[in-house]
Amino acid sequence: MPKLISSSKVHTIPKVNDFVIKFANVNGSGSASANNMFAKALFRMGIPVSPHNIFPSNIQGLPTWYEVRINEAGYLGRREGVDLMVAMNEQTIKKDIDSVVSGGFILYDSSKALANELHRDDVHYLPIPLKDICLQEFEKPAQRQLFKNIVYVGALSAFLNIDFKVLTEMVSDQFRGKEKLILPNIHALELGHQYASENFDCPLPLQLKTSDKNKSKILIDGNTAIGLGCVYGGATIGAWYPLTPSTSVVESFRKYCNRLRIDPGTGKKKFSIIQAEDELAAIGIAIGAGWNGARAFTASSGPGVSLMQEFLGLAYFSEVPVVLFNIQRVGPSTGMPTRSQQSDLLTCAYASHGDTKHILLFPATPKECFEFAADSFDLADRIQSPIIVMSDLELGMNDQICDTLNWDDKREYDRGKVLNADQLEEIEKFGRYLDSDDDGIPYRTYPGTHPSKGSYFTRGSSHDAYAAYTEDGNTYAEMMDRLTKKMITAISYLPEPEISETKNKLGMIYLGTTTSAIQETIDSLGKKGISLDTMRIRAFPFHDSVADFINSHELVYVIEQNRDAQLKSLLKIECNANESQMHSILSYNGILITATHIEADILASMPELTITESLPA
Amino acid sequence: MSYISKPKFMHPEMSTNDLGLTRRDYEGTLTTLCGGCGHDSISAAIIQAASGMSLEPHRVAKISGIGCSSKIPSYFLSKSHGFNSVHGRMPSVATGANIANKNLHYVGISGDGDSASIGLGQFCHIVRRRINMLYIVANNGTYGLTKGQLSATADLGSTTKSGEESQFDNIDMATLAIELGASFVARSFSGDKEQLIPLLQAGLTHKGFAFIDIVSPCVTFNNTDASAHGYKNTWENYIALSALDFVPMRKEITTSYAAGKEKEITLHDGSVIHLHKTNGNYDPYDKENALHHINQHKKQGKIATGLLYINQSTSDLHELQDTVDKPFNSLNSHDLCPGNEALSDINNTFR
Repeated sequence: MPKLISSSKVHTIPKVNDFVIKFANVNGSGSASANNMFAKALFRMGIPVSPHNIFPSNIQGLPTWYEVRINEAGYLGRREGVDLMVAMNEQTIKKDIDSVVSGGFILYDSSKALANELHRDDVHYLPIPLKDICLQEFEKPAQRQLFKNIVYVGALSAFLNIDFKVLTEMVSDQFRGKEKLILPNIHALELGHQYASENFDCPLPLQLKTSDKNKSKILIDGNTAIGLGCVYGGATIGAWYPLTPSTSVVESFRKYCNRLRIDPGTGKKKFSIIQAEDELAAIGIAIGAGWNGARAFTASSGPGVSLMQEFLGLAYFSEVPVVLFNIQRVGPSTGMPTRSQQSDLLTCAYASHGDTKHILLFPATPKECFEFAADSFDLADRIQSPIIVMSDLELGMNDQICDTLNWDDKREYDRGKVLNADQLEEIEKFGRYLDSDDDGIPYRTYPGTHPSKGSYFTRGSSHDAYAAYTEDGNTYAEMMDRLTKKMITAISYLPEPEISETKNKLGMIYLGTTTSAIQETIDSLGKKGISLDTMRIRAFPFHDSVADFINSHELVYVIEQNRDAQLKSLLKIECNANESQMHSILSYNGILITATHIEADILASMPELTITESLPA
Repeated sequence: MSYISKPKFMHPEMSTNDLGLTRRDYEGTLTTLCGGCGHDSISAAIIQAASGMSLEPHRVAKISGIGCSSKIPSYFLSKSHGFNSVHGRMPSVATGANIANKNLHYVGISGDGDSASIGLGQFCHIVRRRINMLYIVANNGTYGLTKGQLSATADLGSTTKSGEESQFDNIDMATLAIELGASFVARSFSGDKEQLIPLLQAGLTHKGFAFIDIVSPCVTFNNTDASAHGYKNTWENYIALSALDFVPMRKEITTSYAAGKEKEITLHDGSVIHLHKTNGNYDPYDKENALHHINQHKKQGKIATGLLYINQSTSDLHELQDTVDKPFNSLNSHDLCPGNEALSDINNTFR
């Protein structure tokens, strides 16, 4: 049988475990589960893989993409350029085909002929009559549509040399309990595999090879990990208002609570989830619960966090523990609801009117999402203030490879400074806002603790050390100064920045999902003879080591995903850092920043420096 | 002023309740409201109600929003924790507090600005969620703390002290509460302690969302003859549909009433409300009739007061959500954390 490779005479440099494949689909066509199956199969083959959903704010009809980078070296940030495009969306096919690198491949549904203007001389075409195959093989209209996706995954298994057994095992896992679905799915995979093997030279020069890189790793998204972290951290109350991309935090919390938080004896629930009428109510519920001694959180994104501002000020000033997960998306206003950004740093650091400052945590991996979520409840109780965990859509909604999650069974929750009835007995006069330990953190009591001692009035209006209303300016100023002192104490409880230093003159500062591009940037610049130290910030207010890092370098690149260099602003305000010592590298198109972008910006900035001096000796 | 402590002297033979506490033990700080303010009568009524039914002060949590009304929690039960939150958002704070510990009494104090305007949404939703609490609106038809603007409960055509006339229909908090599913709805007048105190006691005892709309005249800004919320209008147009007594569970019922003249309502803990009918055969279990009754009186310029509606068969939020008996705020890591073994099983689902 003659085997076509394609009409193209272009040669492709063989690539093993190092390429980008992108799926262009129509939203609502059932492609998501097929694409997830593809990525997870690669993960099970031990290959480092990072999928990114680029999806519309829409339920059905608009374009959606799924981009998968495969990289044996473990560079799992985004990379521009597509090596293989699965072009399944007629609305975007021109742009999708144009985005393929020279020598790349295009898999498309050849049930309909490809328009002339879509032909390129420098790429290979992989025509498969997906629609016709499904029409012939399946009877139900829904199956004919859905299985097109499974057939192309089957074809890819032949093209790329995916272990077919891994795919069939995944189908069995996925449909456990719905056995009727297993056989038709496997049949669809086989149809694709068979068509590709019979009509093309398989595998292509792009190939996958089983590896061993994923031992002790899991593939999980950040929001799922946060929901699980809330269960482990002892949250009993989740109050929320649905908002992309934060919704799956509460979905995950609900799922694991239903599994892990039902009292075995009575069948009753050790959790409460309230879908509030808006984000104001959501955080109000969490604050009411925190005031009354239960661990509570809310999860939201930009528009919701804007609504929460007044309540954040109340919790800061009246010193009530509360946890807020901000899964950042593109602003301002409605912005791009399904794209990612790090653009709420300033609005969260100083949320609400008046002088305020809030504790922010910046996870970079799903594992850190789990850990910071659990830790945030201890921190909120210890510091008696809001803790805002700053994730983003990229981390929250995409599967990522990370180390397995662990829990120390010896760990007890830190409930902070709370006086019980016996302790109150020994105190002559309880002062809710007295700085008894000289660390800025006062003692609190839960309502109902003692018949005659420990009650106080919580208020957002100015109050003295005994929680009584005051308009005395000095008393007010003393309270504000103690809150400043408390925030300084808080730093010692926060995760320290991760610093990698070898006395280079140049440094990089970044946080969150920007981290995915850093190692690749370092290695690539290293090959050009440029070395940089790095600091990944994990919390705000900053540790002293942050200012030290800036001061010990001639120039630091502050790399972040927003327009206005918000992290750099925070460094200027809080570390007294010199503008001339910091150079911004910004990305704010809503898509994850790439190593290529960072490297290009660093190289472009070099003429401003005396490069030779900056190079290591 | 609230930062001046209230004198604690009292008559040595001042009577004590079942807990051995005197009325003084239920008081708060000195009021900062205007002399003659209806809200101070509400504080006094709450003090008498709580003391009379021997409520443990520290087992009560007082939560309010912002405004003159929301200052009231300072002026009663100083042995209770209080939370003066943000404007219009008391319902959400009370909801969270209630979920955190199901074993306290929750008293929410709000005003017409706080609950009928900025917080109307939160009010509606706390009613829907059936939080087990007593929710009081001290309703004066005006924004007192900002000097006398019209509120959303000001009647159409009523005027402020400065002469501004209300051009819009008012929001009736009681009918709204009934329609949204409140299981105890009453209206009263701050000047009528005889009616208000038993209503407060019944509301505190009722299991579920109890709402009392209390007409509470603002002596400074809304006590004109043209105001529907002034003393004159309220006294003249006040229709009490029944006089009532509240007999706490632990008190022996000694009074006897002529048969057919009283309605007896037994609350979940065994306490009893006696309604002495002055208004035909009013049936407080009939929702449609309650709405009709209030609206009919309103048409005639009258204010229907008393226990307007009660339903003792609804579940509160904790029952609906089937939460554990122990309060959430007493659960520790042993109760809540699933441990590392469960986590390693979960890890396996992500491979």
